[in-house]
Amino acid sequence: MNDFQRSPDLPPPASTVGVVSWLRTNLFSSPANTILTLVGFYLVYSLLVPALDWAIFSASWVGENKDACDHKGACWVFIGQRLDFFIYGFYPKAEYWRINVIFVLLALLIIPQMMENAPHKVLLAWFFLIGFPIIAGTLLLGGVFGLPAVTTDKWGGLSLTLVIAFVGIVAALPIGILLALGRRSDMPVIRLLCVAFIELWRGVPLISVLFMASVMLPLFMPEGTNFDKLLRALIGITMFQSAYMAEVIRGGLQAIPRGQYEAAAALGLGYWKSMGLIILPQALKIVIPGIVNTFIALFKDTTLVLIIGLFDVLATVQAAIVDPDWPEVSTEGFIFTAFVFWVFCFTMSRYSIALERKLETGHKR
Amino acid sequence: MSDLAEKADAAITKPPPWNDPFIRSIFFQIVAIGLLGYFFYSAFENTLSNMSKSGISTGFAFLGREAGFGILMSLIEYDETHTYGRTFFVGLLNTAIVAFCGIILATILGFIIGIARLSNNWLISKLAGVYIEIVRNVPLLLQIIFWSVAVLQALPGPRNSMQLGESFFLNNRGLFLPEPIYGDGFGIVVIAFFIAVAGTIFLKRWAKQRQEQSGDQFPVFYASIGMLIGLPGLVFLILGMPLSWEYAKLGRFSLTGGTNIIPEFMALLLALTMYTAAFIAEIVRSGIQAVTHGQTEAARALGLRNGPTLRLVVIPQAMRVIIPPLTSQYLNLTKNSSLATAIGYPDLVSVFAGTTLNQTGQALEIIAMTMAVYLTFSLTISAIMNWYNKRVALVER
Repeated sequence: MNDFQRSPDLPPPASTVGVVSWLRTNLFSSPANTILTLVGFYLVYSLLVPALDWAIFSASWVGENKDACDHKGACWVFIGQRLDFFIYGFYPKAEYWRINVIFVLLALLIIPQMMENAPHKVLLAWFFLIGFPIIAGTLLLGGVFGLPAVTTDKWGGLSLTLVIAFVGIVAALPIGILLALGRRSDMPVIRLLCVAFIELWRGVPLISVLFMASVMLPLFMPEGTNFDKLLRALIGITMFQSAYMAEVIRGGLQAIPRGQYEAAAALGLGYWKSMGLIILPQALKIVIPGIVNTFIALFKDTTLVLIIGLFDVLATVQAAIVDPDWPEVSTEGFIFTAFVFWVFCFTMSRYSIALERKLETGHKR
Repeated sequence: MSDLAEKADAAITKPPPWNDPFIRSIFFQIVAIGLLGYFFYSAFENTLSNMSKSGISTGFAFLGREAGFGILMSLIEYDETHTYGRTFFVGLLNTAIVAFCGIILATILGFIIGIARLSNNWLISKLAGVYIEIVRNVPLLLQIIFWSVAVLQALPGPRNSMQLGESFFLNNRGLFLPEPIYGDGFGIVVIAFFIAVAGTIFLKRWAKQRQEQSGDQFPVFYASIGMLIGLPGLVFLILGMPLSWEYAKLGRFSLTGGTNIIPEFMALLLALTMYTAAFIAEIVRSGIQAVTHGQTEAARALGLRNGPTLRLVVIPQAMRVIIPPLTSQYLNLTKNSSLATAIGYPDLVSVFAGTTLNQTGQALEIIAMTMAVYLTFSLTISAIMNWYNKRVALVER
């Protein structure tokens, strides 16, 4: 009597495993797909190869001036040589360290927020929203503690872009909260005013808001009051942004179940206490991804200030590419700017997506 | 028992008036109105005094004065001798045309890319993903300026323009197309087209009724296409083709004749379309993904093939998710068209809130009119989309 001998498993057919199978299912599953794949490959090949050649292999990387570029490929020397201008604008060279200190401080404050179990996270977040702007403002403006004053018309480049985006979002947050609460208020007049304010700002383009801020704001003020150009733009952006912020926060407020409001009332808390202690902490937590998305939109929109004559990073690049010392570098300049914005926005959007996943703690039914 | 109740009633005393929520709310609302009224009053007074100091009279009288500046592109008749009021309409129409074209093109491109993102072809799906992630993370203004400065201004001059046959020319002065010249009786062709449209609507109703009664289907789509092309085409042929084309010709310095689409318009339209399409693609993708796979399987179980499954089951349900965010993208596109200012396309903001404002100094009136236009655009588009949304919304018991 022979024992039953199990014969070894046959390997799966070669067409269902490995590279071949992957290619079959993902690229050549049908005649139509095969055509699409071939067209796609042709597109990638015909776009990517010249682009890579231009941007990397034929590009000029080192040098001091325009002679270093042979214009067979990209002229990255231009970016390297004008980088200071793109980052600091017209800020005095001797004072660059002040902006650098702010950059380092910013990084030190942001990194713990991105980490899972950083200590004192909440405390640091409050410092980020309140303490940091004061320190940064003092450092940038100067005029105290023996720092020479630097007027805002000297500010520019990436640092100005960051200042506008940061001020826009931080100043818009409290106004947005108030507007969102007002929109859900029981008082008809307050509700009407908040709805009108929000819809007005959301209905008009940012550029007309900036025009209004730069042209009309001085008219509204009593004679003699003279606003700084940057401050006017910031006021316009804050108003505009707070309307969008209000809608994001309203979404969070609506997501809080009614039981929470009733529980707060049952505990005998008044309006402000129940909002501040019960509702807002929960609502704001839900809308952090929404706030980050608003911030991304605002960050991209900061480029609009160049139209009213502020020198943000795009404006510095535009000024640099018409410089006769550096001919034919417009594409390089724009691609550099696009890359800077892309890095910031892409990182933030990934962060927002990750946060959304983390915050989804299963409250949804 | 009743004793207790009486005691309890007596214990509830009215709160003092400053703690009464009703009185409080009235008080706060009066304060809000007062503050707002004071703000507007002081702003108004300051504006009046500031404007009279700089010698500008308020009011809309300036709209009747002669403008004295030329505008690059105008859909209605316009030259330097027309009024400031006319510049308003020129700018308005330029904004409307770019927003209109942009919305249509962005919708088409966005749907294609959104569906490509979901393709089971790995390469196509990744290409769509790369496009979306690149385009929507770069500021629109940068894209507009890039297309205008780095691409269109770098095109060859009129003498060496890129051309397609003898009719299409592309150079740094823009795109030159043949201009249609309508002969006698072309109006009848247009009328025939509208008759065909009416016929299509009628046919669709009739086919639906017939299907509900007898279950027979009628190929409405092909019949409609045939009618929409056939009827005007037939009339066109019978009337002896009352349409000719005027082609652009190379003159001494530039191309003359034909229709010219200025490069500023093309740059703005390209950037707006590509930017908005990236957002629409994401909306379409999430909308289609929101329809659960069970729906597709159920349709298959009913014996529907791929096409009808998509057309009758998936897309109608996806539309419900897609429409509201799509509306806000349309609004964004319309508002974003104001970035035309940066490259000199004569839209409303650039012409009216730019040149006209600088020449007249009537900041208050002009900015108010400009903002009112955008508000109207916004409200109109959202009204139309809300109407459509209501039509496709889920009808529940």
